[in-house]
Order: sequence, then C-alpha cells, then structure tokens
Amino acid sequence: MTTPQAGPSVAPVVQMQDITIDFPGVKALDGVDFRLLPGEVHALMGENGAGKSTLIKALTGVYDIDAGSITVDGAEQRFSGPRQAQDAGISTVYQEVNLCPNLTVAENILLGREPRRFGRIDYRAMNRRAAELLGVLDLTIDPSSTLGDHPIAIQQLVAIARATAISARVLILDEPTSSLDADEVAELFRVMRRLRDGGTAILFVSHFLDQVYEISDRMTVLRNGRLVGEYPTATLDKVKLIAAMLGHELDLLEEIADTVAKSGTHAGEPVLSAKGIGRTPRVHPTDLDVHRGEVVGLAGLLGSGRTELARLLFGADRATSGHMSVNGKQAAIRSPRGAIAKGFAFSSEDRKAEGIIGDLSVRDNLVLALQARRGFARPLSKKTKDDLVRRYMEALDVRPRDPGALVKNLSGGNQQKVLLARWLITEPQLIILDEPTRGIDVGAKAQIQKLVADLATDGMGVVFISAELDEVSRISDRIVVLRDGHCVAQVGADCSVKELTSLIAGGTQP
Amino acid sequence: MIKRITASPLIWPVLALVALLAVNVVLTPTFLSIRVQDGHLFGSLIDILRNGAPTMLVALGMTLVIASRGIDLSVGAVVAVSGALACAHIAASTDPASPGTVITAMGIAMGAAVALGLWNGMLVSVFGVQPIIATLVLMTAGRGIALFITDGQIVTVTSAPFKVLGAGFAFGLPVAILVSLAVFALVGLLTRRTALGMLLESVGINPEASRLAGVRYRTIVFAVYVFCALCAGIAGLMIASNISAADANNAGLWIEMDAILAVVIGGTSLLGGRFSLTGTILGALIIQTLTTTVYTAGITPETTLVFKALVVIAVCLLQAPKFRALLSRKRRPPTPAAPAANAPAQSLSVPVPPTSAMAAK
Amino acid sequence: MTTRTATLPRIGLSDLGKLARGRYLSPLASLVLFVVMFAVVVARYDFASPTQVFLNLLVDNAYLIVLAVGMTFVILTGGIDLSVGSVVALSTVIVATTLRAGWPMPLAVLTVLVVGPLLGLLMGLVIEYFDVQPFIATLAGMFLARGLCYVISVDTLPIKDPLLRQLGLNYVYLYEDKFIRWTVVIALVVVVVAAYVLHQTRFGRTVYAIGGNRQSAQLMGLNASRARVSVYAISGLCASLAGLLLAVQKLSGYSLNGIGLELDAIAAAVIGGVLLSGGVGFVLGSVIGVLVLGTIQTFVTAANLDSYWTRIMTGVLLLVFVLVQRVLVRKPG
Repeated sequence: MTTPQAGPSVAPVVQMQDITIDFPGVKALDGVDFRLLPGEVHALMGENGAGKSTLIKALTGVYDIDAGSITVDGAEQRFSGPRQAQDAGISTVYQEVNLCPNLTVAENILLGREPRRFGRIDYRAMNRRAAELLGVLDLTIDPSSTLGDHPIAIQQLVAIARATAISARVLILDEPTSSLDADEVAELFRVMRRLRDGGTAILFVSHFLDQVYEISDRMTVLRNGRLVGEYPTATLDKVKLIAAMLGHELDLLEEIADTVAKSGTHAGEPVLSAKGIGRTPRVHPTDLDVHRGEVVGLAGLLGSGRTELARLLFGADRATSGHMSVNGKQAAIRSPRGAIAKGFAFSSEDRKAEGIIGDLSVRDNLVLALQARRGFARPLSKKTKDDLVRRYMEALDVRPRDPGALVKNLSGGNQQKVLLARWLITEPQLIILDEPTRGIDVGAKAQIQKLVADLATDGMGVVFISAELDEVSRISDRIVVLRDGHCVAQVGADCSVKELTSLIAGGTQP
Repeated sequence: MIKRITASPLIWPVLALVALLAVNVVLTPTFLSIRVQDGHLFGSLIDILRNGAPTMLVALGMTLVIASRGIDLSVGAVVAVSGALACAHIAASTDPASPGTVITAMGIAMGAAVALGLWNGMLVSVFGVQPIIATLVLMTAGRGIALFITDGQIVTVTSAPFKVLGAGFAFGLPVAILVSLAVFALVGLLTRRTALGMLLESVGINPEASRLAGVRYRTIVFAVYVFCALCAGIAGLMIASNISAADANNAGLWIEMDAILAVVIGGTSLLGGRFSLTGTILGALIIQTLTTTVYTAGITPETTLVFKALVVIAVCLLQAPKFRALLSRKRRPPTPAAPAANAPAQSLSVPVPPTSAMAAK
Repeated sequence: MTTRTATLPRIGLSDLGKLARGRYLSPLASLVLFVVMFAVVVARYDFASPTQVFLNLLVDNAYLIVLAVGMTFVILTGGIDLSVGSVVALSTVIVATTLRAGWPMPLAVLTVLVVGPLLGLLMGLVIEYFDVQPFIATLAGMFLARGLCYVISVDTLPIKDPLLRQLGLNYVYLYEDKFIRWTVVIALVVVVVAAYVLHQTRFGRTVYAIGGNRQSAQLMGLNASRARVSVYAISGLCASLAGLLLAVQKLSGYSLNGIGLELDAIAAAVIGGVLLSGGVGFVLGSVIGVLVLGTIQTFVTAANLDSYWTRIMTGVLLLVFVLVQRVLVRKPG
C-alpha cells in the first residue's frame, strides 16, 4: 500500500454527483457521489446488489442515468454508449474478457483505431504497435496469433493492453483477478502500478479483500444502492470495511471457526477412497480419502488440477487410471449419473455454464437432480415438490422467497444457494463443492461456509475447493495441496494460510 | 383473469387465427358451415384440418427437437422416403389391396423413419455435430435416396386400405387429423404429466448443467430426433395415401419450413428451452388457414407466398418485445435490465452448443 | 513473462505448420479434397481438355460463386440467409420483365441491383433491432421474394437485349483455345473485392468480430449493429448480382429458378470451412466449396447417372466434411 499520489486538493478526473438509476421495481443507485483522482488506484467495494456494476455502467454509458451528473476532466458528459466513453478516455476491462477470441491479438488491441495505409488496414504497423504495447506490459506473445489460443490470464492482459492503446485517462477493472493465480495477480498489479504512476486513474472492483488492500490507495463503499463513504485505504481496517459493507454477518464467520474446532477425528471406512485416480495429462495418479463428516479441502493454484480432480471423482470426466471404492466396496464411476446413484453430489465452479438452468424456475432448478435420478416416468407430486421447495428455500435463506421466479434473475449468491439446495435435496453422502463462494457477496459467503460446516457435523463427507486459502483453512479438517496435477502434501486443519501458501508455491516434492 | 389471458404468450397466435377465420367468413359467408355428406362431415374447416394434418404432425415432432436446442431440416426428406418405401412395397407386392400388405408397407416406412431419426440423433449427441448441419446432410441426401427408391418416377398404387390414412374418414372426421390430434394428446400427456417436459427444457436451456445434474442428456436427444423422424414418417404416409402415389420430388417439399414456422409462431423459441405444443398446433392451423384463405378469397394462388410472408412477419414481430414496446410508445427499458446473471444474448441463427463462460457475479 | 519486447515473427517452415493448424486447416482440407476429386474425375473419364473442364466449372457456377460469397458474409456473423435463392429468381424475373416492357438495359439492371439489397436491408433491420431470429426473418424474406416472382410472372421470359446476350454468350479466351465467359470475370472480381473488404477494412474485421463475440465487439466500440444489418444487404446484393449472372447465362427469366439454391450456397460455405457458428472462415473457402459441388455435378453427368445422385453425393460429402471438422478443428475461444 502506498500513500496516494494526489490529495483531495487535486482536481478529480471523474466526478459523479447525486447519481440515481431506477429499474422496474428497484432503485439501483440512489443519490450516489463518486470521484476518481488522477494517478490513483481506487477500489469500489460493496456486496452484490450494492450497485457497483450499475455505477460503472452508468459511467461508461451502458445505462442511462435518471438523475445526477457526470463530469470528466471538468466537462459534463452524457455518454450514449461505450464508444463515446472510450473516446473520452474511459476504458473498461470486464470480468468476462470482452474480446473476440477468433481475431488476432493485435486486432483485439487495436481494432477501432487500427493504423491505415491507402485506405487499407496496415497489418505490419498494427502488429508492430501491438508488440510495443504488449512490451509495456512485459508480454512477449505473438501479436499475429489468435487470441483464443491463449489462456484467460493472458487474454485479460491483452484487454488491458487495448485500454492502454487508447491512452486511457481512466481504466476500470471489473473483477479482473477472478480467474488468475497468484503469479498472474502479481503480474497484473505490477502493470496497474506502472499505469498509476503514469497518471492513469484506475477503478478497481474485486471481492478479494486482501488484493484490495494490497493495491488500492482509496476506496468507496456502496451498500444497497447508497454511498456509505469514501476512505483512504490506510485508514480503514478490514473489520471496519466489512462492517461498512454488511453490518451483521460478521458473527457468522466466528461461529464457523467454533463449529470446525468442535468436530473430532474421523475413523472407520471412508465414504470415498480413490487410489491412483488420474487423467493424463492434467491430473497425475492421486490418492484421496474422504470420511463421513469430514471436510477435505483441495488447495492449489489455478491449473493445479483441483477442478479436474473433483470432476474425476464425480465422473464428469473419465479417469485414465486408478480406481475408487465407496464405503469399502469397489465402484466404477464413469458418469455423473453413476456418481449420483452412489450418493455423490457436485457443484461446479462455473455456475452459469454448468450449474443453473437460467430460464427455468427456482422450483424446477431445485428438484432437477432429484427428478433426474427418479427418471422421467416418476414425476414428483405437486405437494411433495412444493413441500421440498419451501423447506429448502427457507433452510438456505434463498431470496426472494418465490419458487416461481426464474433463476437467471437471482443474484449470484442466491443462485449458488439454489444449486446447493438442488444437491442437498438428493441427500447425498458426499458432496463436492468447487468454488462455491466465488463471485458472491461477503454475506452469502459466510452463510455458505457455515452451511458446509454444519453439513459435515451432520455426517456428510465434503470436498471443498476454493482459491481463497483462508476459507479452505477455516473450514477443512484436512487439506490436500495440489501443484501441476500432483498432490504435494496433505496437511491438517492446524496448517496456517502462510504455510499453505508456501506449500503451494514450491513445497514438498511429489 | 383477463390479465392472465392477455399475458399468456399464446394470445398472439390465437388472435391471428381468429383474424384469419374472420377474414374468411367475410369473404365467404358459408365458410364456417359444416354439413354432413356421405356419412361424414364436410366443409372448409374440415378441409383445413385434413390438409393441415401432416404439417401439424411434423411440427409436433419439430417442437421437441427445437426445445432440445436443436433443429431438424431433414423431415421433408423423411416424408419423401417414407412415402416412397410404402408405395414401392405395395406396388411390388402380389396383393396390393390386402390390409396385410398395407400394414407391412407402413411398418417398413415407419421403421425407416426411426432409423433416420437414430442417424440424426447419433450425429448430434454422439458426434457432437451442430443440429443444423447434421440434419442438412440428410436433407440433401435424403431426397436423392427417395428418388433412388422410386427410380425417379412417380409410383402410383391402387389400394383401398392404403387410402384410409390420408383420405379416409372415421367418426365423421378425417382420419389424418384424428391421428395428428391423437399424437398431440399423447405427447402432451407424456411431456406434462411426466417429468419429461421439464427435463427436456432443462437440456435445451443448459445441456452441460443438465448432464452434471444427472439428466440423461444423450437419451433425451436421441429420443426427440427419433420422435421427430417418426412423425415425419407418418406424415409421409398420410401424404402418399392422400394422392395414392409417391412423388419423391414434391412430397413434403418445404414442410420443414412450415413446421419450423408453426413452432415459432406458437411461441417456442428457436434457441431452445421452454416449449408449447398447443402453440405449435395453433401455428400449424394458422399456416393452413392462410393457404385456404387465399384460395377461398379467389386470390391467385401465386400470391399465397406473399401473404404467408406477411403473416409470418406480422406474428413474429408482434412476439418481439422490442416491437411491442415501439408500438405502445413506452419508454425503452435500459439495456440490459437485471443484474448480469443472464447469458449474453447472442442472437444466432442456429442453435449452438454453449461455450463455457466465467462465473457470474 | 519477464523478457522484453517481442520481435515480429518471420514465417519459417515450422510456422507454416502452425498456420496449417487452426483456422486455415479446414479450407486447406477442402482444397486438397477438391484437387483429389477433380483429378479422379478427369482420370476416369476421357475429356478432351482437363483444363477446359476446370474452366467450365467456373463458367457453369459463376452465379453460385457470387451467391456463396454473399452467404459467407452472413454466416461469418453467425447468421444465415435463406432468401437468396428466391432473390436470384426475382432478379431474373425483374430483369426479363422490365426489358420486355421496354426499359433501357442499364435501368433494368440497376433496378435489380437495388431490389436485392433493399430486401436484405429490411431483413437485417428486423433481425438486429427486433431480435427476430435470422432463420425466421430470412425465411419470410424467401417467401416474400418468391411470392413476388409468381405475382410478376410465372412464365419463362426470354432476354433479347444485345449487350446482355453478348455478356452471356461471348467467349473470353485465355490462351490457346481455353475460354471462360464474362460472368466468370465478374464473379472473380466479386471474390477479390469481398476478400479485400473482409481482411483489409475495419468493416470486414467487425464482421469477424461479431461472429466471435457479439457483445465484445460492441464493447470494443465497434459498430456491431451497423455491420450486422449490412451483411444482409450485402448478401442481397450478391443474390441480385447472381441472379443477373444466371439470367445472362440462360438468357431468360423464370420464377422457378433457384429453388433450393440457398442450401447449395450454405453447403458450399460449410465444405469450404466456414463455421455456421460464426467468426471463422474465408470467402476463398466458399469458392472452393462451390468448385467441389461443381465437380460432383460434372462427375454425375460424365458417368451418366440419374441427376438425383448429385444430391446423394453432396450429402455424403457434407457429412465427411462435417466429421472431419469436428475432429480436427476447434473454434478458437
């Protein structure tokens, strides 16, 4: 954390005053003030539904504002679309990398302001300029390569390169680190600091509080569409920040630690015993045991094989080696249906693509797995369905409490809860949770962690994957550390986050 | 109650149908009259039902395929093949007029249809080929195969039992429409009284999530393509039976387009997911009524297509929310409305398998 | 990730290998297939001049080449245009009718060249601004165009205009006695212009961008809406032009022309490696696809088979291609 380069006496590059945006039925923003100074990294904090996304879209012209004013460099602006905002020097890099994977890297960086010669696109100059811009970010990829051939982390940096290509005064980064591992995050932050030192104002939105504290100079906190306050980062500690964002869910986090501490050792036949399970080339043969009532955490960087291993356990992918036994008996699990028949459940990390059925109701989403297991010929009676749905919606506090609502209209946290409920209804003996708290607000995060702890207490076996090591450390009884598809260590709950980090970075050799 | 009716997506097809019937009544006051003749019902409405039965049947099958996020362009070819096989068998048999021959012929035709449906299902669910291309293959080759079976000729048959399906009457009504309505009832029960409808919609909306939730994705996809082909096969028998001949060049020509239109007019989205069988029936009736309207109005048949185009455009525009908003001159809602939990609305012409997106907020 | 700036790559032999993967693989495979098929046909049947057989492919299919080029634009955006066959017919009917009515030839031609893009523009607007699926909107366009054909005339109308007759009948000698016709020249010009637009202009790159990710293209500040509407107008223009080429080839206008032609154009594009999901493909690939289809026709004629064999073989080839694409090529991203 560095002290801000400019104090409040410097003129803000962006000033939003008294911004109000109404959507049918909800006030997304209510009289919000916001300002961005040049040469700073400014974090925008708040739960889901607090209005962060809306504020950004208002600034970049995607949404119309119903009241208030936006001033850029002293001149009042009303952007009618992303193009106008870009022309005014405001550039955004969204969470989903909004580039075209079928075009080349250079085209993605420069299209829209590509160099021309005699009316045609000058590809030579374009590739050269792209290489220059990539060089600023210390990236050595081939500008004429297809973007889609590169991993997401690289694509994100290309997106940032595009932003620098238009010499942005303001760079907005919306959840840029969700898919990056620690190395890649460090790289991103290096780039951000360089841009900041060059005078760019950076607006940074992230759920990872540690990252926010590491990189930002000041922060603005929103709650329920209203401004809570604007603070220099150095003056606001984590507890105060969370209090400003939520209020009451703090106690939940403490409860969880107590719950886990109470659960004792686990003996007897493991629910799941995997020996030498692997799938070339991503996962090398690994042993993994999960006992009843035990939470086993999988920790490791992106690409370490966490998700791949989880999918093998569930039969979502076919293993190329090893075998599994369930409750002591040999079991060949070759498909999700097979795993479900054995009492397994799996919540994927990609909620949108592999989890929710957006256009169906909450009710239908909830009973889906149960119904699929029963087969189409044995539909659940209306009464049974309604009972189950009501019970689970209450137990997991799904909001709004409307079983007929379409799942796609729920917030991320509630969607995740619906997914969990879908699996809990099948009363599994083992549940695999891949990043269940990713991209959801702190309040729902706490609720879900508490739920996991309670499930284990009730006797369910849990495999828990999360990129946030403090979560993994808080909840798990045992932690399996993965690196490059190998299991490098298995440690107990007493392992600190610091130790975990070093294990992940380069600990015990396989 | 009124609000619920007007809010139902079926309101537009119903209104369109009523409007068309009204136009007919204005032009021909006797349009709605039904009389009894030769022991069965007679009249323009009956003609509409009889002529529209094959399209209706094919459209029913098409509805389920589209709901699964697929499409089946090959139904026209299946119609031609089915009629060709049946007529070829009857014409080559020693006793064309015996019910046994006819039943065998129909069996062969329907068996072939099932096989073609399995072929499509295999390409889509096992080989992962896009439905539009997979069925385009059969659409292109299939009619050639039908011509091969009939050796390029029109095969006529003289067989009283064979005529029953397409031209016969039972309980006063055309057999063809009874068959189509029976299939409608059957499929309706199957999809709504069992969990099949919900599972199918789930597969259409998000195939990967459905697979991970334990839904029998592959079985369902196979089933809908087989069902669609079977419907086309029966429709092919109806058509061949109606003219007592197999015309491989013209049988079922453009029926796939009419079927798809019927499904879309009925409110089912081409992108898959929620579907409405009742809507499809209405859509098929609208298309058939339109053709009849043009005839009864004395307009030259050449203009049929123009009217068809105008009706299709009108209904589809009315179904588009943005168009309705334009008409009622309401303030255009901000784009996009709800928090970013929706899939990006990439309007594709063809249903495609989903690509993995990053986690939503 | 810690070394300095990248230098521009030079195309070496190993790079050719890389090029061969990815998006170039499919059209290359199509080219290989075409060469093999053509060689087999020429070897099996006694043709006086294989070169002329190849040139005849171009002559007979000049209009389909233009049609396929227009269709490529639409498919690249992830759309489809089912109306082109009917617009071809409409063009032949309009030009024949107006000439018979005494209109001067340039005016007749101009009318045709305006009607196609106009219809395309309408369809494009409906697709873009009212969110109607391209399949449905262009299907309606197909009915409309075909219907207008029937309304104007159901007979075959001969074309007697001298300049058009020259265009259709004259030989263009290349060397020795090898010839093509002016229609081929026009078609090839269209291909070159299309390739230029798609690869050297911002508009063309926007077309590719939309096919890759519509939202991204919009957020990158590209004019996605205008591009999406324009491709349908372009397709309409190509369909009109194709209709003119067909009209001068047959020297008549007939409302039953071009039935199913849109499916031929789509098949040509698919065989040429243009992905129906959008964002990947080249006009040159579609041209190769047309040549492949033409070779099938040549084979069927030379082997004296019934004409329906063309359909069967086209279907089989389409299947082979689709399966090959499935195995070898993945859409980037």
